[in-house]
Amino acid sequence: MIELDEVGRTFTVSRRTGVLRRERRVVHAVRDLSFTVAAGEFVGYLGPNGAGKSTTIKMLTGILTPSVGRVRVAGLDPSRRRTALARRIGVVFGQRTTLWWDLPLKDSFQLIRHLYKVDREAFHRRLDELCEVLELGAFLATPVRQLSLGQRMRGDIAAALLHDPAVLVLDEPTIGLDVVSKAAVRGFLRGLNAERGTTVLLTTHDLGDIERLCRRVMLIDHGTLAFDGTVEDLMATAPGETSIEEVVTRLYTRAAPS
Amino acid sequence: MPRIVRLYGLLAWVWVRAAAQYPVSAALLMIGSVVTTGLDVAAIFIIFRHTGSLGGFTLPEVMFLYGTAGLSFGIADLLFGNVERLGRHVRAGSLDAMLIRPASPFVQIAVERFSFQRIGRTAQAAIVLWIGLAGVSVPWQRAWMIPVMVACGVVIFAAVWTFAGAVQFLLTDAPEVANAFTYGGGQLTQYPLSVYGADLVRAVTFIVPLAFVNWQPGLFVLGRPDPIGLPHWLRFLGPVVALALAALAALAWRAGLRRYRSTGS
Ligand SMILES: Nc1ncnc2c1ncn2[C@@H]1O[C@H](COP(=O)(O)OP(=O)(O)OP(=O)(O)O)[C@@H](O)[C@H]1O
Ligand SMILES: [Mg+2]
Repeated sequence: MIELDEVGRTFTVSRRTGVLRRERRVVHAVRDLSFTVAAGEFVGYLGPNGAGKSTTIKMLTGILTPSVGRVRVAGLDPSRRRTALARRIGVVFGQRTTLWWDLPLKDSFQLIRHLYKVDREAFHRRLDELCEVLELGAFLATPVRQLSLGQRMRGDIAAALLHDPAVLVLDEPTIGLDVVSKAAVRGFLRGLNAERGTTVLLTTHDLGDIERLCRRVMLIDHGTLAFDGTVEDLMATAPGETSIEEVVTRLYTRAAPS
Repeated sequence: MPRIVRLYGLLAWVWVRAAAQYPVSAALLMIGSVVTTGLDVAAIFIIFRHTGSLGGFTLPEVMFLYGTAGLSFGIADLLFGNVERLGRHVRAGSLDAMLIRPASPFVQIAVERFSFQRIGRTAQAAIVLWIGLAGVSVPWQRAWMIPVMVACGVVIFAAVWTFAGAVQFLLTDAPEVANAFTYGGGQLTQYPLSVYGADLVRAVTFIVPLAFVNWQPGLFVLGRPDPIGLPHWLRFLGPVVALALAALAALAWRAGLRRYRSTGS
């Protein structure tokens, strides 16, 4: 469902070093990254800050064009077939909304219905379902900018799923949520994966997400894959440690591959 | 093409409905545009109280040139004016949200906050054009050019905005430079280009081809010789220039989109 083959992405950043002098530096946000995710998997994508998780997700969704390598999602090259891919993929950015700031949630949903050409009946069925499990009913008429973070996040998740995508990628979907909201979102994602067979890839800094949701974990550091396996495999990398926090801390602080 | 028009109409409708939630700001926008465009016309009348002609053109002729330029600019601004504010979306990260939708980000940006309140300028230009046309006699053999030139003008302005937007995929702080070309171009074409001198006329004919918005075809409609003696056939080049510019702008936009780097967080 998701295939990356020796993918790299660099950013050239220039820094001012004097009045007129600028120093150009190439940042390898992602390098030599290869992995595949099969249909129906639930994969956690871990890594320290600046490891390249968001950059990877942006390449999967066609927002960024990879500098080198090949990306395939649902059989399509995301940067070349961005609009075709958009119909098959759902995307949630925890950091910022993909909804329209000034529109009430239900207008945003209507707009999405038209953008994705979802037929009316299927849309209402899906929306009712999502409203129920994500408990959106109370603030459907509220403009997005007035929603609390947790409400907005649930709205964003619903918005990403209205067109019933085969793949869902989420960049820190539980950031800033209270324990109850977090549990609700987790329960929802688990159900989505189990019942609908939706492939899910999520990044997070909350290891609880990983423990409770992901069968498979990929860990990226300095833009390259440092670990790929089940949660048990992950724990086994550090025999003697019992908590996932300790294990991951060890992996993060291990000498970076150069 | 029809798909894009449908998409635009659909999104525009959503924004119009959303704007209805802020009636006060809508009214202020309307008043603002009536006042500024009113002052614009007043300036022309004041000039003509002191002189009988401007750059060799009579009052109705100047009103004709002003009206056609204003109409093109107004329609282009109403439909595509947002595109030159791309940098803001890049910085805020909202472009990422547009890129995950199965729709052209160009249309999504262009239509954002679409509102009919912005139609003020277009309406004013249409009225000025109407008054101007009443004072110049244009036979039908030349009048056909009027809708053609307005349409070409819309395309030319839209293309300039698209260039301005395309640059901002890379340089997010470029809008100030771009403004010089877009709003500057809108201001420039309001008056007969002959008031600016021959060098500038050549520049806006051959470099930034704003002369094809209303000046060259306008000379044809008014049946005037070219004050700086440029060839006669230039007057019919508007559609070619508009299409070429639109094609170049589309390429620039695509190139910019491919180089888009999003934001770090
Ligand atoms: N638009 C950009 N311009 C310049 N550098 C960038 C850009 N986007 C990302 N980077 C750089 O690429 C690297 C990876 O960033 P990325 O956002 O992918 O990290 P991340 O794994 O999502 O981190 P976090 O956990 O903090 O969200 C960082 O060093 C970052 O500075
Ligand atoms: Mg990130």
